[in-house]
Amino acid sequence: MDRQSIIEHIPRLRRYARALVGDRYIADDLVQDTLERAWNKFSLWRQGSDLRAWLFTIMHNVFVNQARRRRYEIEQAMEELPAVGVRATQGDQLELEDVDRALRALTLEQREVVLLIAIEQLTYDEVGRALGIPIGTVMSRLSRGRERMRQLLGDPAAVPLKVVK
Amino acid sequence: MNSVTEAELHAYVDGTLLEGSRSGIEAWLASHPEDAERLRAYAEQNSLLRSLYNPILDEPVPAALLAVRPRAWKGYAAAAAIFALGLGLGWLVRGILIAPQMVPLSLARQAATAHIVYAPEVRHPVEVTVDQEEHLVRWLSKRLGTTLKAPKLGPLGYDLVGGRLLSGPQGPVAHFMYQDARGQRLTLYVSRQKGEPRDTAFRFSQEDRVSVFYWVDGDFGYALSGEVRRDQLLKVADAVYKQLNP
Repeated sequence: MDRQSIIEHIPRLRRYARALVGDRYIADDLVQDTLERAWNKFSLWRQGSDLRAWLFTIMHNVFVNQARRRRYEIEQAMEELPAVGVRATQGDQLELEDVDRALRALTLEQREVVLLIAIEQLTYDEVGRALGIPIGTVMSRLSRGRERMRQLLGDPAAVPLKVVK
Repeated sequence: MNSVTEAELHAYVDGTLLEGSRSGIEAWLASHPEDAERLRAYAEQNSLLRSLYNPILDEPVPAALLAVRPRAWKGYAAAAAIFALGLGLGWLVRGILIAPQMVPLSLARQAATAHIVYAPEVRHPVEVTVDQEEHLVRWLSKRLGTTLKAPKLGPLGYDLVGGRLLSGPQGPVAHFMYQDARGQRLTLYVSRQKGEPRDTAFRFSQEDRVSVFYWVDGDFGYALSGEVRRDQLLKVADAVYKQLNP
């Protein structure tokens, strides 16, 4: 197992982290801490098992451990910065911003599941293993998260401008 | 088709349904337009989220992330550097025993940005010059709500030029500038950190040409930046740290 294989996964870890926390710097901090933990625990990784799933498990653990401590910082960052670029005039861009706002309105638990499935395209089983939850919990978080986003997107007035916990 | 489960409907959206089940779901959707509309919305969510975040895959990976190494390796390197520099035992303990905690990488970037903006400045590198050092330190202390010190780096060849007040994402920032005989400048960025007080180990970040050593000590984050070699900067960072924590 060489260094290269972990490095190859960095872009995916960054993508997921950014979607999860919104702010690019906080996201990169999360990736950095995930990589450090991964290197330190590398001897625990079983050769031949899915490295990507293992890295997502580590990121989840780092995120959960830090989420409580950092919730305040994350909220601040998201209030200060738009999660994606500058508001453009095209309809497509508005639609993307709306979906991002709806995503932020989900609980962290729902957001993790929705993103691992939508963006990372993990299977439901893989999500359950990565997050350490039974498949039934994966399905209920997915179902609630998607339905909540659908409602928010169907009624733009319902999409909060700020994250409300 | 009698009924379908919620899990099957999601699997249909995500394309993970077993091939044999697809036709059953499609028959169900044909006669249940509300479910069909709901699944269309879920599929749209997937597609929008991918459009939104897939571009990140093509971004260059920040150098700081590529530089992450196993801690053992880091520990040996740090220990070697520390012995080479003849630093004290306290330092050794600090660098190796304190588990790496969340140090905002953003601290390093903010400091590097401030360095890039102000260090090349010829006429107005600082707001308050060293001839009013006492005033400078008192003023910045008041704005940051603490008692600051401008470290003395003369023995290392760097003299204080002066300082300025900056605005950072976490409030006011004190920015001290130093210069050596050849005009090489270092800047020290001091910013209040949000959240609970904590201490972290030194971290290094290379932001383009600017090297940054940064750490968090209690309520404050410190970052020393300069376009100098890492080992030279470490020497100065160590002096700064020791003077601030006598």
